[in-house]
Amino acid sequence: MDFDYSPAEEAFRQEIRAFLKANLPPKEQRGPEFLKKWLQKVRVKGWVGFSWPKEFGGGGGGIVEQAILREEMALAKAPPLGTSFMGLAWVGPGIIQYGTEEQKRRFIPDILDSKVIWCTGYSEPNHGSDLAKIQCKAVREGDEYVVNGQKIWTSGAPWSQWIILLTRTEINTESKHKGITCLLVPMNSPGLEVKPIENMAGDRHFAEVFFKDVRVPVADRLGDEGDGWKVTVSALANERSSIGEVTQMFEKLDSLKGLVQSTHRNGQPAAKDPAVRKRLATFEMKIAAMKYNGLRYLTKQIRGEPLTSETSVNKLHRASLEIEMDDFAVALTGQSGLQLRGSDSAVDRGSWAKSSLSWPNVVIGGGTPNIQRNIIAERILHLPKD
Amino acid sequence: MNFGFSEEQEMLRDQVRRFMQEDLGLPQVKALTKASTGFDPALWQKAASLGWLGLTIPEKFGGLGLSWVDLTVLLEEAGRGLSPLPFVSHALTIEAILAVCGKAQKEMWLSAMAQGQAICTTALYDEPNWIHPDAITLKGVRESGGVRINGSKHFVSDACAADYFMVAIRIEKQLAMVAVGKEQVSVKAQPQMDATKPSGSVTFNNVLIDDSMVFKLSRKQLDFLTNCGAVAVTAEAVGAAEAAHKLTVNYANQRVQFDNLIGKYQGVKHRLADMYVDIESFKSLLYYAAWAVNQSPAELPRAISLAKGYAADAFAQIGIDVVGLHGAIGFTAEYDAQLYLKRSKWVRPAFGDSDFHLQRVATLGGV
Repeated sequence: MDFDYSPAEEAFRQEIRAFLKANLPPKEQRGPEFLKKWLQKVRVKGWVGFSWPKEFGGGGGGIVEQAILREEMALAKAPPLGTSFMGLAWVGPGIIQYGTEEQKRRFIPDILDSKVIWCTGYSEPNHGSDLAKIQCKAVREGDEYVVNGQKIWTSGAPWSQWIILLTRTEINTESKHKGITCLLVPMNSPGLEVKPIENMAGDRHFAEVFFKDVRVPVADRLGDEGDGWKVTVSALANERSSIGEVTQMFEKLDSLKGLVQSTHRNGQPAAKDPAVRKRLATFEMKIAAMKYNGLRYLTKQIRGEPLTSETSVNKLHRASLEIEMDDFAVALTGQSGLQLRGSDSAVDRGSWAKSSLSWPNVVIGGGTPNIQRNIIAERILHLPKD
Repeated sequence: MNFGFSEEQEMLRDQVRRFMQEDLGLPQVKALTKASTGFDPALWQKAASLGWLGLTIPEKFGGLGLSWVDLTVLLEEAGRGLSPLPFVSHALTIEAILAVCGKAQKEMWLSAMAQGQAICTTALYDEPNWIHPDAITLKGVRESGGVRINGSKHFVSDACAADYFMVAIRIEKQLAMVAVGKEQVSVKAQPQMDATKPSGSVTFNNVLIDDSMVFKLSRKQLDFLTNCGAVAVTAEAVGAAEAAHKLTVNYANQRVQFDNLIGKYQGVKHRLADMYVDIESFKSLLYYAAWAVNQSPAELPRAISLAKGYAADAFAQIGIDVVGLHGAIGFTAEYDAQLYLKRSKWVRPAFGDSDFHLQRVATLGGV
C-alpha cells in the first residue's frame, strides 16, 4: 500500500500546475475571449478526451494520469475542458466503440474542439427508471429511419446541436432490451421540436423533445439495428473516476465551514454547537469515504481487475451529500437561508438556497438512488431482481 | 498509487481465514466463550508459530517488523470469525511497550510476546464513556523505591487470560504506565454483552510497583495508543460486519415469504445495499488509517476518527438490522446473527464513540 505517485506521474501533475498558473487567471481578470482560448489551449495539450485513443484525436492517457488531471482541474476550479459534457462523457466513447469510420471522422473532432454540444434522449414520459421500455418509434424506410415519439427531461436540449437517441425499431420482442436502436440526430431536423421545462429552482435546463416524422439517415445509426441497449449500457459504463467530484465536494465543505464560522445561532457561534459540528464531520466522513473508495477502485483498475458496479457506492454517497449539504446550510441560517438572490438578507447571494433546489440534476439524472440500490443488490449481492 | 494489499498480505489473509474456519469456527468460539477466560493456549501457540504475534514487533526485538496494514489483515479476518483471542490487546500492548519502555524491557518482553509466551493486555481509561487524559483516574503514590497503588481498573480487555498488564495511572498530575504481573493483582471477570470480547477488572490491593516498572506516559503517547486501539477494533469490525452482512444476504436468498424470496423485496434488498455501502466506506477509511499508523502518524488522528466515527454507528445499526431482517430466528441464542449484534454494541464505545471521533474531526478540520 502506498499513496505516492511515480516520478512520471508527479511530473505530469507539475506540468498541469504550471499550465494552470500560466493560463488560468483569477475570475475577475478573465476577458470575454478567455473561455475560447482556454478550450483551444487544453485541446492542444491533449487533455480533452484525455483517455481516448490518440488515433481519434484523444490524449491516449492512462487512468492514473486522468485521475491526476481531474483532481488538479477541480482543485484550481478550472472551467470544463470542453463545452459538451455528455459528448465527452459518453457520446464520444460510444462512437469510438461502436461507430463506423465515417462517424468517427465526422463526430469526434467536433466534440473534442467544443464545436458541437450533445444531449441525450433516453427518458420518456412513461419510461424513466425503466429505461429499456422506451417507445419512441423508428421505422425503416429505404435509407432512412422515420422517428415518431417523445423524449422528456432531456438535459441541455435547449442549446444542443445533436442528440443521441434511443428508439424502438421492433415491438413485442422477447426481451425489452431487444429491438432498441441508437440514432444520432441533429436538433435542427425538420419535425423535431424542443419545449423547455422550468425546474423548481427556476432554471430551464431540461426539456421535452418531440419527434414528428423526423427522418434520420441509416448512416447515422450508432451500432447495429436492435443493439441500442448494449451501446447505451456500455457507454454509460464508461465509468469516470470520481476524484474530480470528491475535490469539488471538499471545496463545498470548506464553504460550508466558512458559513458555520460566520453564523450565530441560538445566541452563540454555530461552530460551538456540538450538533452542528457533528453534522459537518459527518459530511467530511462521507466525502473522505468517497475519496478512499475511489482510490481502492482506481487501484483495482490499475491492476487490470474488472470493476463491477462498485461505483454505485460513491453515487449513493454523492446523492445524499448533494441533498444534505445545501439543506443543512439553508436550515442553519433560518429565515436568511430561504432568501433568494436579490434579497438584501440573502446568505452568500442566495447560492445555498438556489443549490438546495437543484439537487435533482445530480441525484435523479443518471439513475436514482433506489436504482443504484437495485444495482448493488442485484449485481454485487446477487439478490433476486425486482 | 497502490491502495490495495500485496500478494504476501493476501496470503496472510487466506491463512488467517483458514485458521478461523478450521481451528476456530463459530461453534468453537461459542464453546470457548462459555469457559471462564475465553482463551485457548493451544490456539495462541499456533498463532505464534505462524508468526502472527510478531507481525508489528521490530525485527531487532524478535518480530517480523511488518506494519499495521499487515496487522489489519489479521484483525479483519479474526473479526470476521468473531475471534475471542486477544489479538487487539496484544497489538496494543506491543505499541505501549514500544512507546514507553526502555530498550532492555523491549528486548525481553517483546520477544516473549512474539513467541506467545506472555499474554499481555493494556488498560488505559477508567471512565466508562470518556476518552480524555482526565479519564485516567487510578492513582499511584510515590514512595521510596516505587509507586503504591490502591484501587481497580475496570473494563480491561482479556484481563482473565493475561499474564501481564500495562496499566495507565495518575501520579499527582502526571500520567504514567506501570507494568504488573497477574500475581501482583487480583483479576475478576466482568461479564458483558459480547462474550467474544472477555473483559474483567484488575484490582491493586496496596501494591508497591518497583520504580523499574513505572514509565512516563505523555499525552501524545496516550493519544497514539488510543488511536491504535481504535484502528484495531475497527479492523475487526470490518470483518465482523462483512460476515453479518453475508449471513443476512444468504438468508434473503433462501427465505420465501408471500411466494417470493424476501431478497426480492426492496424493503429488504435496499437495506442490504445500504449496508454494503456503509461497510465498503468504513473499510476504505480504516485501511487509510491503518496505513497512517506507520507511514503518516501526523495524519492518524483525523484518519482513524473518520473511520471509527463512521464504523461505530454504522456497524451498530447493521447489528440491529441483521437480527431484524432475519425475523424471530435472528432473536434466538442458537442462531449466529445475535453474536454480530453484540460485537457491534461492544465496538461502539471502544476507544471512542462517534461523538468523540466526529467532534475531533470537526476540531481537526478547523471548526
